[in-house]
Amino acid sequence: MTAAIAEKGTSAPLAPDGPATPPVRRRRRERAFDEVPRWQIYLPLGLYLLFTLVPFYWMLLFALRPAGSTSLVPWPMTFDHFDKVWNARSFSVFFQNSALVGVCTLICTTLVALAGGYALARFNFRLKQTFMLALLCSQFIPGALMLVPLFQIFKNLQMINSLGSVVIAETVFQLPLSVILISGFIRNVPYSLEEAAWVDGCSRFQAFRIVVLPMLRPGLIAVASFAFVNSWNHFLFALMFLMEQDKQTIPVGLSTLIGADSVDFGALAAGGVISAVPVVIVFAFIQKWLITGFSAGAVKG
Amino acid sequence: MASAVAQKSSGAPPRAPGKPRRRTGATPRRLPYLLIAPAGLLMLGFIAYPMLSVFYYSLQNYNATKPWRNGFAGLDNFTKIFTDDPLFWDSLVFSGKWVVTEVSLQLALGLGLALIVNQTFVGRAIARALVFSPWAVSGVLTTTIWLLLYNPSTGVGRYLADAGIGTYGSSVLSDTGTVFWAAVLAELWRGVPFFAILILADLQSIPGDLYEAASVDGANRFRQFVHITLPHLKDAIILSTLLRAVWEFNNVDLLLTLTEGGPAGVTTTLPLYVAVTGFEAHDFGYATALTTVAFVILLFCSILYLRLSKFGGDDK
Repeated sequence: MTAAIAEKGTSAPLAPDGPATPPVRRRRRERAFDEVPRWQIYLPLGLYLLFTLVPFYWMLLFALRPAGSTSLVPWPMTFDHFDKVWNARSFSVFFQNSALVGVCTLICTTLVALAGGYALARFNFRLKQTFMLALLCSQFIPGALMLVPLFQIFKNLQMINSLGSVVIAETVFQLPLSVILISGFIRNVPYSLEEAAWVDGCSRFQAFRIVVLPMLRPGLIAVASFAFVNSWNHFLFALMFLMEQDKQTIPVGLSTLIGADSVDFGALAAGGVISAVPVVIVFAFIQKWLITGFSAGAVKG
Repeated sequence: MASAVAQKSSGAPPRAPGKPRRRTGATPRRLPYLLIAPAGLLMLGFIAYPMLSVFYYSLQNYNATKPWRNGFAGLDNFTKIFTDDPLFWDSLVFSGKWVVTEVSLQLALGLGLALIVNQTFVGRAIARALVFSPWAVSGVLTTTIWLLLYNPSTGVGRYLADAGIGTYGSSVLSDTGTVFWAAVLAELWRGVPFFAILILADLQSIPGDLYEAASVDGANRFRQFVHITLPHLKDAIILSTLLRAVWEFNNVDLLLTLTEGGPAGVTTTLPLYVAVTGFEAHDFGYATALTTVAFVILLFCSILYLRLSKFGGDDK
């Protein structure tokens, strides 16, 4: 269903930013349903691609060319910087920590949000409005401003320097949006399908697993990858709650490279590339689902 | 976790293998509460409780470096914020400037970008993947990349100067006149795809017939955009703008690592000021009072958000 939405409407001729010029308008009258001139697509797109890709290229360039080189192409290519960052600067450890935090956050967020979202989508109960209000409001409560009290809570729980503290904090701040998104996706699955499954003898949980869950796939992929990418990228909780070096995550490790007295640009760039690899892979896989997932009922007024 | 909860409630009538269990479809009254319990408890424990503790500490003197002064302070912290703290006002003004600049530019560019990649053209799939890719990049990685680009010895400017274009300048990040736009550009690079993705998702739900009909009636593309596209996108634009405004207000990662709030404090936002007060000056009492003020500002935003999203209806 959601895929159909994505495929549709792509042929609509829309104006890119600029207003149409008179000759274009005249031509339009002759053809009822014509296309945007190609240069109006490729020129702005090309400029924007330049803005997007030059920074990436710059990072790859510094990561791959030998220190001291001023060449604009990464040739001769070297992997010394990666070797240095991965081993000497313990990025291998940071990488494992980040991956662990990311996967745990993904699992916790998705499961908790699935339960909450199902309740919101399928039941009327007394606390529903309160719960919904809490979800909407807490999207405006920033993790950055909660660092001080959260630090004290985790200190009392003796979870400072434990990756668990970061997983909990990340999950909590992902939850409101995830619950709202998932309840939207579940509402898009007709209730009658579930009811039909009950008539056929399924329990509520079986009906959910067999009928609803497969239809939630694009939405779940969007929410889960959101949770993973956000927690992989997030910097502040790990910075504040994890003091020991062997507990730190990739963004914190990267920030120590930035803050070093004499910055080793090759190592910094290689660290950047390492930190980008997992999210780029995730992104490549989910890009299609991301858009269909959102159009399936995410940002509705 | 979810499965365990769901299973528990469905087991209410005794299991009889082979016999259809029609009654399990009925709604036990406790089920919705069991389902929202994990989310609710997590939010109570790690959002509601810390918020209450913020309000409590904001009325206290609580400074780890001056423990002899700790105790009830009444409204002293707030009095100091509003009457005797130029840094607060500076950071608030900078936050406003930062949010307005970032969000409006991101929206304009994101909308333009979404309109372009919504067209049919050769290479669209790869173009989409490429222009959206900075979305997945972290604040610290953005800093890493743009440090390389801005640094006078490694940046693009050096190569242009080598080729005779421009001069070997100093770092744009250490000049109070240029640092704002340098930071804005770096954040734009990362922030535009967010709007582009959300707006593209909404664009795809506009029926193509509408444009066809408008075109037959002689509406040019600009008028189609104003009368069909914009009204359709209105809700999505309002909501994503508000969400993004709050997000940018709280954006600490990029500024903390790129400029550290400097030079001379000109890029310190309110949340950054809170973090520095709390964790570098160890003045928890004052930091939580600043947090409370920021909450009030955000509360105003969330009321606006609720109004606009027509909260409360079951019509969603």
